[in-house]
Amino acid sequence: MEMVTELYIELQYINYEEVWHMSFYGKYMEYRGFDFDGFFNGVKDLDIQKALNKECIDEMDYLALLSPVAEKCLEQMAVKAQQLTFWNFGKVIFLFTPLYLSNYCTNKCVYCGFNVTNDIKRSKLTLAEVEQEAEAISRTGIRHILILTGESRKESPVSYIKECVYVLKKYFSSISIEVYPLEEQEYAELVKAGVDGFTMFQEVYNEELYPQLHMGGPKSNYCYRLDAPERACRAYMRTVNIGSLLGLDEWRRESFFTGLHADYLQGNYPDIEISVSFPRIRPSAGCFKPKYQVTDKNLVQAMLALRIFMPRVGITLSTRENAKLRDNLIGLGVTKMSAGSSTAVGGYSNKNKSEGQFDISDERSVEEIKQLIRSKGYQPVFKDWQQI
Amino acid sequence: MEDKLVIGGRELRSRLFIGTGKFSSNEIIPSIVKSAEAQVITVALRRIDFESKDENILNYIPDDCIIMPNTSGARNADEAIRIARLARAAGCGNWIKIEVVSDNRYLMPDNIETIRATEVLAKEGFVVLPYMSPDLMAAKRLKDAGAAAVMPLGAPIGTNRGLRTKELVKILINEIDLPIIVDAGLGKPSEAAEAMELGAGAVLVNTAIATAGDPVKMAKAFSLAVKAGRMAYFSGTGTVKEYAEASSPLTGFLLDK
Repeated sequence: MEMVTELYIELQYINYEEVWHMSFYGKYMEYRGFDFDGFFNGVKDLDIQKALNKECIDEMDYLALLSPVAEKCLEQMAVKAQQLTFWNFGKVIFLFTPLYLSNYCTNKCVYCGFNVTNDIKRSKLTLAEVEQEAEAISRTGIRHILILTGESRKESPVSYIKECVYVLKKYFSSISIEVYPLEEQEYAELVKAGVDGFTMFQEVYNEELYPQLHMGGPKSNYCYRLDAPERACRAYMRTVNIGSLLGLDEWRRESFFTGLHADYLQGNYPDIEISVSFPRIRPSAGCFKPKYQVTDKNLVQAMLALRIFMPRVGITLSTRENAKLRDNLIGLGVTKMSAGSSTAVGGYSNKNKSEGQFDISDERSVEEIKQLIRSKGYQPVFKDWQQI
Repeated sequence: MEDKLVIGGRELRSRLFIGTGKFSSNEIIPSIVKSAEAQVITVALRRIDFESKDENILNYIPDDCIIMPNTSGARNADEAIRIARLARAAGCGNWIKIEVVSDNRYLMPDNIETIRATEVLAKEGFVVLPYMSPDLMAAKRLKDAGAAAVMPLGAPIGTNRGLRTKELVKILINEIDLPIIVDAGLGKPSEAAEAMELGAGAVLVNTAIATAGDPVKMAKAFSLAVKAGRMAYFSGTGTVKEYAEASSPLTGFLLDK
């Protein structure tokens, strides 16, 4: 009993601020209980104008730009965001293609086609197949590749990912990973093997909602996933890309936390290039219906607000979005686009490809995307890094 | 006497250096170079796609230009050194603009790592042009390390804010016996002229030209401004008086007999 009391006393003296000091979770907790609806209701037109006239905006300005009131000023926001993007990135759009290595997964994410309970064809590329896929993709001119796996340490362990990287290095000048959360040491191993980019979406920042959407598997550990981008930064990745899956929760808050997370990482790891994706839920096996609507207008607002909050952050746009919207988003802050994508394992060279993680929307080829970007007065950039 | 800029043993007739990272297409580069009358063109090694005919930016740079690869993306001296060596091995010549940036918010150069990289690369026979924050002591060390020129920023890169570091750049011009090339931040031709009037050896411009409504015309405007600024420097600009001169001199009484 005495021991228990001692433990209790000790626990009381734990400085939580210190514990959370090196995690975005601490920042997230600052907003626990924050009255978002109250804040949004209190935003006035003048607040938006003030924010737009500032050279650097703070967190509250950012949140104001995400408010319903700011929708009236979307055009002004777009003008500012476009200017900032011009100055910081020039008239260029970086291109990459995703490559799915394996769709084995132990998680039960209700919105994902790879959910372990979905009866889909499971497969994993052999190294020879990785080579075939690499050849097919590199023929399109693509030099940056993003490799993806489901979460299965058994089927797609770090050693397997590393072997794939060795094959892919021959074909691509930059290799990024979008796999399950790893330990810092494992990220460092992959960096050493030739990986320079990291992508992971928290999916949903709302900690209460998270367990309802991630019902089982290692991914149900909210904090372990939340801290993964930071572990990747510590392992000295070159680029770290984060995001939340829009539609799982109210997008204004989720975008806000995504922006805060990006800002937190950039502030603590200034030598890492931070970028953000704004993925919206797409139809997939399992037929999940998102609870929240995220319109094109909402998506644009989220992007513009982030660009104004973080003028130098990269913004990635995938083929989840349709061709028309993607065409129009060029020039509004987007810096990186995927092209010619398939979300199926073996989707580029293999006739017996498996089912995709989700249905893509923009099915145009790399060549078509390249011509489109040019027609918009931008330069499609295939190579923006190389192994050094 | 012909006014030539000499860097790394090369005599240059143009004092406007051009950056290439932000143009809307590679195809525009030849006309930019021509209208800027530029001779030195900087290209990030990370962007050069040696394997693609269409996408390889080097195919768009006129043969009589000097290609100055830069180490964009380097976060420390070691990465800059590796990039420089790769550039030379790939046939990009022995000029190298060192950029070491470990801060992605403002893209401010890391002077200490830049000095380290300069030491190593100058010894390896590179013509080293380091991009730096205008600090006198750092510039002295860069010179001692073997830099061929020093490239202080005028304002944070990509901001088009002009010569905000004017006072610090002036000190470098006065104290460092190397060409001082103002790199980054110049947004308007008048600001390039200002740097040249102060005695800068050259300026490097990318964003201001690339993001102009008519980049080719803007390149020409910068070229003229650089020439005008240089001419003004040689002509001796008149002193600007900060106070009015009293019509009866304050020390006039000393002349009274």
